[in-house]
Amino acid sequence: MKSSSQRPSPLGAFSARKTTLRLVGGATALATSMTLVACGGGQEAGGQFDGEVKVGILHSRSGTMAISENTVAEAELMAIDEINKAGGVKVGGKKLKIVPIEEDGASDWPTFAEKSKKLIDQDQVAVVFGGWTSASRKAMLPVFEAKDHFLFYPIQYEGQECSKNIFYSGAAPNQQAEPAVDWLLKNKGKDFFLVGSDYVYPRTANTIMKEQLKASGGKVVGEDYLPLGNTEVAPIIAKIKQALPKGGVIVNTLNGDSNVAFFKQMKAAGITPANGYSIMSFSIAEEEIAAIGPEYLEGTYAAWNFFQSLDTPASKEFTKNFKAKYGENRVTNDPAEAAYMMIYLWAAAAEKAGTVDDNKVREALIGVSFDAPEGKVTVMPNHHVEKRVLIGEVQKDGMFKILQDKGFVKPVAWNQFVPETKGYTCDWTQKRPDAGKFKM
Amino acid sequence: MDLLYDTLFNGLAIGSVLVLAALGLAVVFGLMGVINMAHGELMMLGAYTTFVVQNLFKNGPLETLFPVYILVAIPAAFVVSGLAGLLLEKTVIRRLYGRPLETLLATWGVSLILQQFVRSVSSAFAIGLVLAVVLGVLFPRLSPASLWRQRWTPLVGVGSWIVSGLIGIAVASLLGGVRVLDQPWFSARNIDVTAPIWLRGSLDLGALNMPTARLFIIALTAASLAAVMWFLQKSVWGIRIRAVTQNRSMSDCLGIPTETVDALTFLVGSGLAGVAGVAVTLLGSVGPNLGGNYIVDCFMVVVLGGVGKLLGTVVAALGIGVLSYVIGSGSLLLVWPAMPAGLNELVTFFATTSMAKVLVFALIVVFLQFRPAGLFPPKGRLVEA
Repeated sequence: MKSSSQRPSPLGAFSARKTTLRLVGGATALATSMTLVACGGGQEAGGQFDGEVKVGILHSRSGTMAISENTVAEAELMAIDEINKAGGVKVGGKKLKIVPIEEDGASDWPTFAEKSKKLIDQDQVAVVFGGWTSASRKAMLPVFEAKDHFLFYPIQYEGQECSKNIFYSGAAPNQQAEPAVDWLLKNKGKDFFLVGSDYVYPRTANTIMKEQLKASGGKVVGEDYLPLGNTEVAPIIAKIKQALPKGGVIVNTLNGDSNVAFFKQMKAAGITPANGYSIMSFSIAEEEIAAIGPEYLEGTYAAWNFFQSLDTPASKEFTKNFKAKYGENRVTNDPAEAAYMMIYLWAAAAEKAGTVDDNKVREALIGVSFDAPEGKVTVMPNHHVEKRVLIGEVQKDGMFKILQDKGFVKPVAWNQFVPETKGYTCDWTQKRPDAGKFKM
Repeated sequence: MDLLYDTLFNGLAIGSVLVLAALGLAVVFGLMGVINMAHGELMMLGAYTTFVVQNLFKNGPLETLFPVYILVAIPAAFVVSGLAGLLLEKTVIRRLYGRPLETLLATWGVSLILQQFVRSVSSAFAIGLVLAVVLGVLFPRLSPASLWRQRWTPLVGVGSWIVSGLIGIAVASLLGGVRVLDQPWFSARNIDVTAPIWLRGSLDLGALNMPTARLFIIALTAASLAAVMWFLQKSVWGIRIRAVTQNRSMSDCLGIPTETVDALTFLVGSGLAGVAGVAVTLLGSVGPNLGGNYIVDCFMVVVLGGVGKLLGTVVAALGIGVLSYVIGSGSLLLVWPAMPAGLNELVTFFATTSMAKVLVFALIVVFLQFRPAGLFPPKGRLVEA
């Protein structure tokens, strides 16, 4: 793994762009609609703070994951900016300004662990928002558990985890993979070919899908994994052609650069929606479509909790503000939305707890809701969020047409298809030592 | 029979990418003995050149010619990467000949700089950089000559570079305030290179399905190979390059300008990396990290083929291509369906892309135990040189 040198801090660029910020209208409209600032109205409460609260932002700003994580970090900074403009976090009668401390995880998992230690011990942050790959989360997990601190993680992931010290604002498998498989079984076919990157998320997600298919009458006709960053797809295409000569369902859990190679070469080999192949991806959002090229992806499917094309006022507002802050040619996507909402959920929990102390916030967080761009989300006792489940089809312009809106689905951390975790649940409101995983 | 053709075509397709990527390295590493870790980044520059050329053709007067932009991109990428390689040779590698470890570290550093350069470069950044370099170069010419004959002259040299660097940074940050100039050209995100329509489809020949992009790469590889062969065997400079490779001091005595030969060899090798960069845009993603995906494979091919032998590079690359395809696709099972159970499981175990790579690496390691100099080891007097 190449870890590259530090990217020049984007903060300079932000301050330069401040003149062009047109957030006022958007921020006030959003702020009034939010439960947390019900008292504050929408005043431009710039300079009058009673204090500061430091929070950590820990994403890869360099290296192979920078492509995706930059957007997430930007969405987090935007939420912090909006909250500060609306008067900051109001705890115990004081208005606190949120001060983000940014660190670069550099797409290198041990660096994530090291930087989270630094944020907790040296910067004394109240909470850390960060991570993208499950590998980075798994690297940070022991740090947060040992120091009994709190990490907010914004990406859909493979589940099978429920830590007291992590809050997951992305989808659990039953909010993305499982409904997607159900939809494919019902509408597209029973023969599945699974392709993924060779690391913990695709392998675990595929294990779950295989169990689910076994339980619901589908069949896995083949499975293959590419090392992260690999771009030679010819052997996989040969296998797909052998296993599914007349078309079928392909579930793609590739991450990062390999997706480009995968779709370019699939198209050249004629494995396309036009020839009877239904391709469902779990890691391709608007941002990735722009990078791969919509002409290669048109007609393929994705399952997410938020699409830029979601036609609600909150969604439009979010996209409008994001574009105003970072450029007209930018797009919003699910991870950015999950990152954006988790800042607001944290602020709401802090206001409910009346302190920014991480232990109190952790208790207050459960049950907190927020009018997120995808709709009203609520934090569940298993540290996950009840989320809207959407299935979309890629259009010519790189946006999604929403084919199915399943509404809001409650998160399940321990998977109920996999025999090892069947019957287990997680509930942090319970005062028992095994609250993270116990038999229902 | 179909299976045989299928295997041969796909093996050739995978192998030809490896040949093309490794060809430049075979020239630089094979003929000059320079371990160039920035080879992958020179490929990346070629890929970014393709992106720029594509954008020139996308809108405006050249739009009708869009289907053939790739033919313009090939020479353009050769020139851009070749010039970058020339600059690299003149500034870094020239000072490190005969010190392979330092070369390795220095070129590794250059590769990181190039990656970060394409991530960060914006108009403001570029203006600042050019300004700093121009000031640094001009300072000795503009300052009084007496300054350069003192005991503390080295300090003046270093100081002038520091000052011009600071001026460059100051100008860049000042211009960074202007939004138009502050926009990164490429940014850290991957960029979208769209192949023309005729390179997106495939040709059907009987049961064999051949993607045109693969056919194009095979043709491009054959053409590059023929051009390099011709250049080294027939052209005056090619003969000089081979002479210097065989015996540097004798060539020097006979009046061959060895420094020019070194620079030219590096330029050709780097230019070929640029051409490979154009080819890989048809297959995979284009981003700052593109080079890292290919550099290990390139060295593997050159070492397996035997350092200094172009034929070895070709045979090694095609061999690796066919081998990875046969193992990775599990097509052995189709040839011999009645395989004993144990063997069957073994074949299935290795029939994923990751495991096939492991097995291919293992086989190469075993092979090099018996033939440390590769498939085509240098013979005779060359060995001592």
